[in-house]
Amino acid sequence: MNRYPLWKNLLILGVILAGLLLAWPNLYSQDPSIEITAARGHEISEASPGEIKAALENAKVPLKGIESLEGGKLLARFDTPGEQLRAQEAIERTLSERYRTALTQSADLPGWMRWLGLNQMSLGLDLRGGIHVVIDVDMETALEQAVERYSGDLRTLLREDKIRYLTLTRDGANILIRFEDAATRDAGEKKLKREFRELDIQASEESGAFVLRAGLPETEQQKIKDFALQQNITTLRNRVNALGVAEPSIARQGERRIVVELPGAQDPGRLKEILGATATLEYRLVDTEGSVADAVAGRPPVGSKLYYERNGAPILLKRRVIVTGDQITDASAGFDSQSGSPAVFVNLDGQGARRMRDVTTENVGKPMAVVFIENRTTTKLVDGEPVKTTRKVEEVISVATIREPFGRRFQTTGLDSSAEAHDTALLLRSGALAAPIEIVEERTIGPSLGQDNIDQGLASVMLGMGLVLLFMAVYYRVFGLVANLALVINLVMTVAVLSMLQATLTLPGIAGIVLTIGMAVDANVLIYERIREEIRNGNSPQASIHAGFDKAFSTIVDANVTTLIAAVVLFSFGTGPIKGFAVTLFIGIITSMFTAILGSRALINLIYGGRRLNKLAI
Amino acid sequence: MTQKRTINDFDIDFMRQRKPAAWLSGVVLLVCLLSIVFRGFDFGLDFTGGTVIELGYAQPTELSDVRAVLETQGHGGATIQYFGSRTDILVRLAPQDGVEEDSAKLSDRVFKALSQAAQGQVELRRVEFVGPQVGEELREQGGLAVLFALIGILIYVALRFEWRFAVGAVVATMHDVLFTVGIFSLFQIPFDLTVLAAVLAVIGYSLNDTIVIFDRVRESFRRVRKGTVIGIINSAINETLSRTIVTSGTTLLVLVALYVLGGETINGFALALIIGVLVGTYSTIYIATASVIWLGLSRDDLLPVKKEGAELDPLP
Repeated sequence: MNRYPLWKNLLILGVILAGLLLAWPNLYSQDPSIEITAARGHEISEASPGEIKAALENAKVPLKGIESLEGGKLLARFDTPGEQLRAQEAIERTLSERYRTALTQSADLPGWMRWLGLNQMSLGLDLRGGIHVVIDVDMETALEQAVERYSGDLRTLLREDKIRYLTLTRDGANILIRFEDAATRDAGEKKLKREFRELDIQASEESGAFVLRAGLPETEQQKIKDFALQQNITTLRNRVNALGVAEPSIARQGERRIVVELPGAQDPGRLKEILGATATLEYRLVDTEGSVADAVAGRPPVGSKLYYERNGAPILLKRRVIVTGDQITDASAGFDSQSGSPAVFVNLDGQGARRMRDVTTENVGKPMAVVFIENRTTTKLVDGEPVKTTRKVEEVISVATIREPFGRRFQTTGLDSSAEAHDTALLLRSGALAAPIEIVEERTIGPSLGQDNIDQGLASVMLGMGLVLLFMAVYYRVFGLVANLALVINLVMTVAVLSMLQATLTLPGIAGIVLTIGMAVDANVLIYERIREEIRNGNSPQASIHAGFDKAFSTIVDANVTTLIAAVVLFSFGTGPIKGFAVTLFIGIITSMFTAILGSRALINLIYGGRRLNKLAI
Repeated sequence: MTQKRTINDFDIDFMRQRKPAAWLSGVVLLVCLLSIVFRGFDFGLDFTGGTVIELGYAQPTELSDVRAVLETQGHGGATIQYFGSRTDILVRLAPQDGVEEDSAKLSDRVFKALSQAAQGQVELRRVEFVGPQVGEELREQGGLAVLFALIGILIYVALRFEWRFAVGAVVATMHDVLFTVGIFSLFQIPFDLTVLAAVLAVIGYSLNDTIVIFDRVRESFRRVRKGTVIGIINSAINETLSRTIVTSGTTLLVLVALYVLGGETINGFALALIIGVLVGTYSTIYIATASVIWLGLSRDDLLPVKKEGAELDPLP
């Protein structure tokens, strides 16, 4: 007795071999690498790797290898982080107009592993370093803006149709329109209902007035919110892509939040500034005649307004806006073809271009300014309650002389550095966001802390594992060694499943692995204690083995299901790193049931099965 | 056949001590509860909101030097402490009261000032910022998570066993949760998200333990035809005692490894689990099984053997 049929042994062996294969890639080390993407208006061609090789040879940076990635990217590998940085510098210096670079790490897997689609575990930001930001989209303002837009549309429609109304006011999420008599109101109702099917329009009489109440139905509000979120995600994606970060992730979280994860990002301050800004722009003429001193004293000339430049200098600008941010279709940084100094190139849409041409034709030789308007939202605690305030920050970011009339495409020069040009272009391109956003959560992990976390996590896995292995071998002898083998395979299987699912491994995730190492032997302990009991009760060794595995089975399942429930709850309520703990706990429990019940049974059958025994080494 | 002597051979009358044990638990839990109500928790950043900045200095640095720099930046009220070693310093800033500054810029500004003061011999290891509303949400979600875990487990145990066992299991689990968080409140150990995760893992572990004994109790009731309820429960506990000790032992081994080597961030997590495993083992014996006795379990409740225990296939 106690023999598994061949197919069962083979099945178990097959699963274990598959586990070993899936876990294998994790043995390869990570190369410091550079991800290369094409800059705006360029693309990665077949000649690109050669160009980059040449640039690196010129700079005397040894290249370990270069390969194409999915989505038109290149990956250049290096032996040391120092070479990686020098290489980035070299590429930026000579090829920055055509390529963008981002520092990253990449495992040097052999071709056959890639071909099989095998991959390493994906490490969380707390292990590899990086920035995790949660952004809240101000839905209240998004809705307000929508109601405001509708108010304008309703007003225009009524005017065009010559339906006279007394007042049109906003009342929360509703628009109230008062009419003089019932007839005009009914005419208005008919018209509005036909034109604005998405609105909920109701006629009533309130304190003697004839009123139409137009409201946004629930479904419409949802649509507006979804749109606001989507537009913000798109804008953030554009900004992040332009930043040159490898493997960025931008995802929606719930109804109104966006999670941005940027692994290995180097300069958190600048990143956050670019992510968190809600910017729009206005092009205005500079008032060269009015007195700046008078304006500073509080008496600006009629038709002009006082602004400040970034360096704090006051400047008078005409009140009339030439072009606003939403009329900008594209903006990019580059160099002026004549002077070679950094420049920003701007493209306008048709309407904006017409306005710009009219104004610049009349004002050649006069200065024009770009006002950068940022809505910064901050949450303050007032009497313990969070209160949101939005502050409008207006700054003149550039003043330039109109050299000649221009329209659709023009350039601004006179910027301090190419970095400034780059940032300005980025902000211009982002245009106006649909709704104000605010960073409500941020976690930045420096690269050295990430490495420390990995080292400490590994060390505790090793020590914990070592102690358990030692104890089991001493306490259960041969059976203990079987349990130990099962435990090691369990660890391999956990890593295999994590690699296969590409679930993110975090520091709490490693803690989960350590915990499951301690708990995984429980199944073996339950079985072995049963076997000992059976032997004490005078049963034969073979019968004891059989009964031990048999009787312990339902206990093991029952006991593990409760832990699984806890893991599932953790997963659904947890965020970020905690989810990582839930995932490894869940996977560890499932794999431990396989290895402890089936795996160790198969092994014990191989050792003891089908022969006469006098005693067991347990 | 010579069988080596093991700890299987216990015969301890656990249930005789169930009353003193109940008193002990009652008093300890009362202290925990009072502490939670009056002292509260030293909630971590995740729950209070605010900003934490972890700095790695090249040389051991005095906290007072860091404080002096922070004072010039208008953050005299910041909490400053060593984090693991004397080169690693943790600065915690409370949620801003009426200051109009971007959280993102705040941490940058503070770090720049500190970096200047240390002539660049300092590295920004970690920044965490949690907005006030997020902190509130995380607190709520944490409470809900514990509640849902308990409900889910209650349902499972009630389905697999009998309602008395389910109640016993949940009473014991709540005992463990209350005790664990009570210790964190009593000694004002920082309570953050990872500790909450540990508390949920304690729920899982404590139940795991309880169910193993319940399983044996159920089996004994069916197998042993004579003997009192208390006698059978006692022998079930004794029979599983070696397993209880071995499993708790191996789990504690790895947790101690985690506590010692896992680093500061994971310390609270490991500590919560160590407390939870210890108290979970105790409560399984003295609280879970004792509750079942108090709830009036009799042999008849378990005997109707209409295919119970056959819900799961035996080992294939």
